Amino acid sequence: MAGTNAPLGTPTKVTQGSQTKGGIGESTLRPDGTLKVTGEFAYSSDMWHEDMLWGQILRAPVAHAEIVSIDTSEALAQAGVYAVMTYDDLPTDVRHYGLEFPDTPVLAHGRVRHHGEPVAIVAADHPETARRAAAKIKVEYRELPVITDELTATAPNAPLIHEDRTDHYAGHVEHPNILHRQPIIRGDVEEARHRADFIVTGEYTFGMQDQAFLGPESGLAVPAEDGGVDLYIATQWLHADLRQIAPVLGLPEEKVRMTLSGVGGAFGGREDLSMQIHACLLALRTGKPVKIVYNRFESFFGHVHRHPAKLFYEHGATKDGKLTHLKARIVLDGGAYASTSAAVVGNAASLGAGPYVIDNVDIEALALYTNNPPCGAMRGFGAVQACFAYEAQMDKLADKVGMDRVEFRRLNAMEQGTIMPTGQPVDSPAPVAELLRRVKAMPLPPERQWESSEGADVRQLPGGLSNTTHGEGVVRGVGYAVGIKNVGFSEGFDDYSTARVRMEVVGGEPVVTVHTAMAEVGQGGVTVHAQIARTELGVTQVTIQPADTQVGSAGSTSASRQTYVTGGAVKNACELVRERVLEIGRRKFGTYHPAWATAELLLEGGKVVTDAGEVLADLADVLEDEAVEVEEEWRHRPTEPFDRHTGQGFGHVQYSFAAHRAVVEVDTELGLVKVIELACAQDVGKALNPLSVVGQIQGGTTQGLGMAVMEEILVDPKTAKVRNPSFTDYLIPTILDTPTMPVDVLELADAHAPYGLRGAGEAPTLSSTPAVLAAIRKATGLELNRTPVRPEHLTGT
Amino acid sequence: MRVNFTVNGRPQEADDVWEGESLLYVLRERLGLPGAKNACEQGECGSCTVRLDGVPVCSCLVAAGQVEGREVVTVEGLAEYARQRDAGCRSGSCGTSLDEAQRWAAHGTDSQTGEGTQLSPVQQAFIDAGAVQCGFCTPGLLVAADEMLERNPTPTDEDIREALSGNLCRCTGYETIMNAVRLAAARQSEAV
Amino acid sequence: MDFLRPGSWEEALAAKAEHPTAVPIAGGTDVMVEINFDHRRPEYLLDLNRIGDLYAWEVGEDSVRLGASVPYTKIMEHLRAELPGLALASHTVASPQIRNRGGVGGNLGTASPAGDAHPALLAAGAEVEAESVRGSRRIPIDDFYTGVKRNALAADELIRAVHIKKADGPQQFSKVGTRNAMVIAVCAFGLALHPSSRTVRTGIGSAAPTPVRARTAEEFLNAALEEGGFWDNGKIITPSVAKEFAQLCAAACNPIDDVRGTADYRRHAVGIMARRTLTWTWESYRGTAAHTEGVA
Repeated sequence: MAGTNAPLGTPTKVTQGSQTKGGIGESTLRPDGTLKVTGEFAYSSDMWHEDMLWGQILRAPVAHAEIVSIDTSEALAQAGVYAVMTYDDLPTDVRHYGLEFPDTPVLAHGRVRHHGEPVAIVAADHPETARRAAAKIKVEYRELPVITDELTATAPNAPLIHEDRTDHYAGHVEHPNILHRQPIIRGDVEEARHRADFIVTGEYTFGMQDQAFLGPESGLAVPAEDGGVDLYIATQWLHADLRQIAPVLGLPEEKVRMTLSGVGGAFGGREDLSMQIHACLLALRTGKPVKIVYNRFESFFGHVHRHPAKLFYEHGATKDGKLTHLKARIVLDGGAYASTSAAVVGNAASLGAGPYVIDNVDIEALALYTNNPPCGAMRGFGAVQACFAYEAQMDKLADKVGMDRVEFRRLNAMEQGTIMPTGQPVDSPAPVAELLRRVKAMPLPPERQWESSEGADVRQLPGGLSNTTHGEGVVRGVGYAVGIKNVGFSEGFDDYSTARVRMEVVGGEPVVTVHTAMAEVGQGGVTVHAQIARTELGVTQVTIQPADTQVGSAGSTSASRQTYVTGGAVKNACELVRERVLEIGRRKFGTYHPAWATAELLLEGGKVVTDAGEVLADLADVLEDEAVEVEEEWRHRPTEPFDRHTGQGFGHVQYSFAAHRAVVEVDTELGLVKVIELACAQDVGKALNPLSVVGQIQGGTTQGLGMAVMEEILVDPKTAKVRNPSFTDYLIPTILDTPTMPVDVLELADAHAPYGLRGAGEAPTLSSTPAVLAAIRKATGLELNRTPVRPEHLTGT
Repeated sequence: MRVNFTVNGRPQEADDVWEGESLLYVLRERLGLPGAKNACEQGECGSCTVRLDGVPVCSCLVAAGQVEGREVVTVEGLAEYARQRDAGCRSGSCGTSLDEAQRWAAHGTDSQTGEGTQLSPVQQAFIDAGAVQCGFCTPGLLVAADEMLERNPTPTDEDIREALSGNLCRCTGYETIMNAVRLAAARQSEAV
Repeated sequence: MDFLRPGSWEEALAAKAEHPTAVPIAGGTDVMVEINFDHRRPEYLLDLNRIGDLYAWEVGEDSVRLGASVPYTKIMEHLRAELPGLALASHTVASPQIRNRGGVGGNLGTASPAGDAHPALLAAGAEVEAESVRGSRRIPIDDFYTGVKRNALAADELIRAVHIKKADGPQQFSKVGTRNAMVIAVCAFGLALHPSSRTVRTGIGSAAPTPVRARTAEEFLNAALEEGGFWDNGKIITPSVAKEFAQLCAAACNPIDDVRGTADYRRHAVGIMARRTLTWTWESYRGTAAHTEGVA
């Protein structure tokens, strides 16, 4: 890891426990590591219960249709079937759910709006019995015309995806098939355009990406004697699930007890509900535990995807390379239901100019309702699509101006103090130019590494083991990109986390227990919480309680926010525990030593010490049989909504930046790509766990690589049906597609954030894709305005 | 139908098996061995990799009836499998030496961290190198990586990549997995 | 569903005769996907794992008798010299785990145009040994593929082995996929030089309803090589000859647009692979193999 280089920011004062082994800043190992390598870690699909049933969902085979009739009698009559439920069997009047507003039916009601929409659910004693029963449910559909893009969505007589909208966006959109629209207006684009010496325009297309987490949607619902239900589930936000589940079941929230199971990756795809309500409904109906596990085919229908987008960009620059203006229009396809589309629009609009100083901006972002698969959260959340477009524009404009592409970006790079197009000042380090400098300065990988004395090693060439080239047609290209992502929930959302921290003495040793509802989805939050507790409370033994709804909300494991917000909540709760412990100490021992009253006291190595290092007491003696426990909510500083017409507002908590350099080799005749190296420089404010930070950067980078060259859910424009719902045809990078990824981590503290940290998980997903595309453009000389690129785009066939 | 086979050295019997069930389903749902994972059930991810008569296979694509009388090693048995192989290498037998037995007994088990659990070198290396994030790909990768190191104790990077090209990981970008396998190979060669 | 577990080849044939709808399962790499995803519910599964003969191969004078279930990994490891094209193709099959289970019998039984073994078998020249209780027969590979996922097997027949001509010259196999490993062919091409008969043979995968040979291209190249005395003088192939051969190979395709690629791209890519594999095999024939053969 590269060191900090100072004067841009100052770390917040760490007053406590910095000497404690296993504290923040160390690459401590995961507490769940051993369980995960021995196969004992219990993921949601591993749950098992005596006498449990299997749930199965019947899904719509068409994208848009009226449901004329449903006949479940034959399915119900089958041996081994315990329940079949449709919309009419739902127990209460609350029959819709949704993350932001409830527009999604628990089961289809009279109409299906997208391919794969759930229509009926079955519980049976074996998964095969459940499948056979589902197949026996007779549903008569009358197909309706499909809406698949902006043209069909806003056509004069377009059928409405949702009639009688009552959501809070409905009033300000021009058409009911537009879910939400956010303009960002700053300066005077018309005037600036006249001052521009060069203008470049581009139309860009961003395909539909899938999170493709490996652990399929799954869980176990166990009916309880009190009429409630216990749900073991993989999710990103237990309390948001709870808020949506309980009303549909007709239960108070305290009777729906949720426990986080092992989560096999998430990346945004588990923000929305999948099988949660269905499993609970069947469990309550049958009085038996019900397990549901999607297979990979169903998983592609079971969660939202990343919004595909059309982006129209115009940039201008003066002949000395200064950006004059930006005019952009970003059209996101939200699919059939809202999910988080409105917030994605907010991000796309407010981050649509990228990490650059542009005084005159006119951006419009909107999301459509269509019959395509619903889209919502995925790592990068609205900032990814825009980054692909503005980075392509930067290369074009640099070329026009006649400047080096990296220098052109550095010349226009934002920095601390820059005013965003939303009017919000960037009030913490924004080392955009420095990240670009660093990534460019890294040594380039040697050429023709595939050559060996025995011939060409095809594993290092485009096409890999498929043996398509031994060097013929192979051209190298290098490309750069940089991006900006917000951290935390924005636009005035009350974004908080809760942490419960307890200190007690067990077997003569002080022990700390941390309990939050944070969804550990692989990111390593559990590791970091223990590190924070060690640092703050000076103990080595920290236990992380399983996440559940017996403690307050921790917010979502998304938006790069968990280390910041739940980490902040843990830090805060630890500080309160520390105060209480010192209070007890003062009460018991204060009369014995004046330092109890006069010195700054720390907890170190299980003892109370003064800042001069003098030991005052053992924690064991301070606490004796007493336990100190604090549960407290913690909030980051507030944000405010963007103005509906101008997009002005203090909308974001924090910004995060990463830059990439991609080195690719392209078989220009066959259109196959091998990424040779993908280097990244990123500022993380403070790396609480450097190993985890690098893991996040490399993982995010690889998802961006996939988006550049292979990943796309293909939807038939005529039928709106998904054409490739499988890992055979939705490809994600293998280890042979993934290059070495040198990472340079900067730690420039953000004074507003705990420990100065900066959310790290998403930024690397942004700039990876455009860097690879830029490198491919360099190798091929092609314009390439869509991602992912496919061989036919590179060969003109 | 009924299926009898050996898993991690122990004879197992599964009853009332539906003929369309996979080995993966039988392991996970009937034998209480959920270590092999169900990420794709179509042979495209490697998360369900087990050794069938010593050979790494996707257990999702082995029909339950096909394993009758055969030997399966899953991630749950990997440490013991590696230990016996190791013992076999050094002493020519597969028994537990006194020294090893004492070391085994000396470790306690901490349910929280699993500290003290006996791990194979490749399992330990995955933890140490940060190769585990969500961990869903980990069991399959461990079985595949362990088998590669058995065949090829000094792999090149490209050898590692080729051997693990059937195991998808969505979290790590594979860099730490490469580090882990390199680490396990290095430790293994030091130990010899 | 019933699971039939014949302990011998004869029992397997008897079972197949009694239940012609029984679906044979060996590596399971096609059948189990269909079962897991509920695409298929055969009345009977006929397990071939217990029949040792299917896992054996014999290297004969002119050909290799390859048991239907010999895993691709074994072909890569043990038959690289005798069956270089098939060994290269085997190396591109799916993943190491799949190569440990799947064999050529499965590719032939499924008869998907995307099966990786087909172009290599077509180029090398092969016969499929099919057997039923009625008797055994050998089906020339050229007559084996009868339609999309259809083959010449009768309902009561099982594939026992494939007899593949031993290489008498260089062979190559190349496959386009949109990922560098574990990928189904967008299209594939196999080429074998047969110096003993002074002929070349080709195989094209995933670019027509069935695996096909580019016969016009073969005839053109056979004639051009003969005419120019290339087999004897060992000259570099004239670029115009290579180009014409590539164009004729592309013209032999009858592809479709699908999620994996466009028809036009498939034609284009087959042409490129034809030209490259011709260069590689011919350079190898000329004795400069070290510089052109891929290693992995």
